[in-house]
Amino acid sequence: MSKLSHYVESAGAILLAIIWISPLLFAFWAAFHSTSDAVNFNITSAWTLDNFRTAWEGAPWLKYFLNTFLLVTIVLIGQFFFTTLAGFAFAKLEFPGKNFVFILVLMQLFILPEVLIVENYAMVSRLGLFDSLFGVGMPYMASAFGIFLMRQSFKSVPIELHEAARIEGCGLLGILWRVYVPLAKPTYLAYALVSVSTHWNNFLWPLIVTNSPDTRPLTVGLSIFGAPENGVDISIISAATMMSVAPLLIAFLVFQRQFVQAFLRAGIK
Amino acid sequence: MSNHINLERRRQAIYGWLMLSPAALMLSIFAFYPSGATFFSSLFSKHTRRRPSEFIGIENYNDLFADPTFWLVVKNNLFYAAITIPVSIVIALSMALWANSKIPARGFVRTAYFTPTVLPMIAAANLWLFFYTPGLGVLDQIGSLFGLQSVNWLGQPETALWAIIFVTIWKEAGFFMIFYLAALQTIPEDYKEAADIEGTSRWTYTRRIVLPLLMPTTLFILVNAMINSVKLIDHLFILTKGGPSDASKLILYYIWEMAFAFFDAPHAAAMTILILLVLCIVAAIQFIYLDRRTHYQ
Repeated sequence: MSKLSHYVESAGAILLAIIWISPLLFAFWAAFHSTSDAVNFNITSAWTLDNFRTAWEGAPWLKYFLNTFLLVTIVLIGQFFFTTLAGFAFAKLEFPGKNFVFILVLMQLFILPEVLIVENYAMVSRLGLFDSLFGVGMPYMASAFGIFLMRQSFKSVPIELHEAARIEGCGLLGILWRVYVPLAKPTYLAYALVSVSTHWNNFLWPLIVTNSPDTRPLTVGLSIFGAPENGVDISIISAATMMSVAPLLIAFLVFQRQFVQAFLRAGIK
Repeated sequence: MSNHINLERRRQAIYGWLMLSPAALMLSIFAFYPSGATFFSSLFSKHTRRRPSEFIGIENYNDLFADPTFWLVVKNNLFYAAITIPVSIVIALSMALWANSKIPARGFVRTAYFTPTVLPMIAAANLWLFFYTPGLGVLDQIGSLFGLQSVNWLGQPETALWAIIFVTIWKEAGFFMIFYLAALQTIPEDYKEAADIEGTSRWTYTRRIVLPLLMPTTLFILVNAMINSVKLIDHLFILTKGGPSDASKLILYYIWEMAFAFFDAPHAAAMTILILLVLCIVAAIQFIYLDRRTHYQ
């Protein structure tokens, strides 16, 4: 009996896995076949790279890739800078008003940048950052979540190391840079993976702030490329989609364990 | 001596504020000020060339409450939340229980469950477009094997929101799974052994031992799922654009449309404030019920 239920459950688990992965597999299949072969599920039909060629010529993908790459880099550098300093202040320094400010930061966890699009758009325009990668990245840099994460990580560093560095004549910033930052490496790595995959995939805010191919990231480029008005067919859309998810997807498949660990450590995106 | 302590205290205060100020400045510019400004502009009329904007109190909110589209969108979003939250939690839990048990091809199963999480919502929508397209789409082709009529999943009001809901569940269940998976691995083996000695069935063991132990994780996931039901709207841009006749429009999409397609910032601001209120309630749930140590270590 329990053997039977084991088989049933295994079958269920694998069936669900196949259902879950199937949209990706179908898109993969469609990307390498002509449209008519793709929609007829002609198993024996020839594989082709034409869709990729057509898709590649249909939009400035290289520019989009570069924009996305620069965007996630800018955001990550900004986040490391702001959250390291603030996280350290919250974790290891005593100063008046600290708890009050910390509650304010926690509140920001729930004020999603996505919701404040109207006023953030006004703010970015006022700062002259409209249609720039800085404009896209800035609202995410002082992430409350990142501050929280860094604070937790710095808190777990034993005070003896701090004292030892100080006796050696290290200043506060020196201690942060030479003791705390190296010890928090796993947290930085986790945060980096979560941040990069979040911002690689972000859409609504970049859609609002960018207005030209020179700044548009991949997601926005992909949505414009696939718009029904453009009359692009399903195989070419699939090819474009595969192209734009490939770097992150391959990275994920190679570093799967680290990715999952990162998302766990980070708790929330 | 006390002089020294005073000096140290002052030094810490100066350093503390100096280190905090860059982040505080950024948070003020992109979170606190915009929140206040949103509230402020929700109290003013729309600025046009003929008429400058003027203070109108809660008029914008009254307009919204009198707007049937607004209520439809709220209803859609509540429905969206009411389906996606419980269904993705239940699927995530089943996935985790399976991915944690001794089944064949476990590595593949885990990867398959988690992969949608790393895809952009826009890409996910493109993948699903291939399923939903009437006539040519995968769903229709499977249906036609069983002699079913072709269905325009995205083009009719009865099914459009369901199509959206399905993509959301597909996207977030695998993400929630890993939190359950991590929690399952912290449950000691002894419990299972004790249950086996007592002759407890697996179902009873799961229901009476495992589920209660997973409660903090469930609450954590619940809060995340609630936030997602507000912010996961990217696929609307590809799949339905909120249509047909607003049947699949969600509130954040409506805010975007109001502000950037209809150029009506005051009403968009009023809706934003209402969303922020809802998020405050979610935050309150988090702080009251959620054991904060659960996932932050």
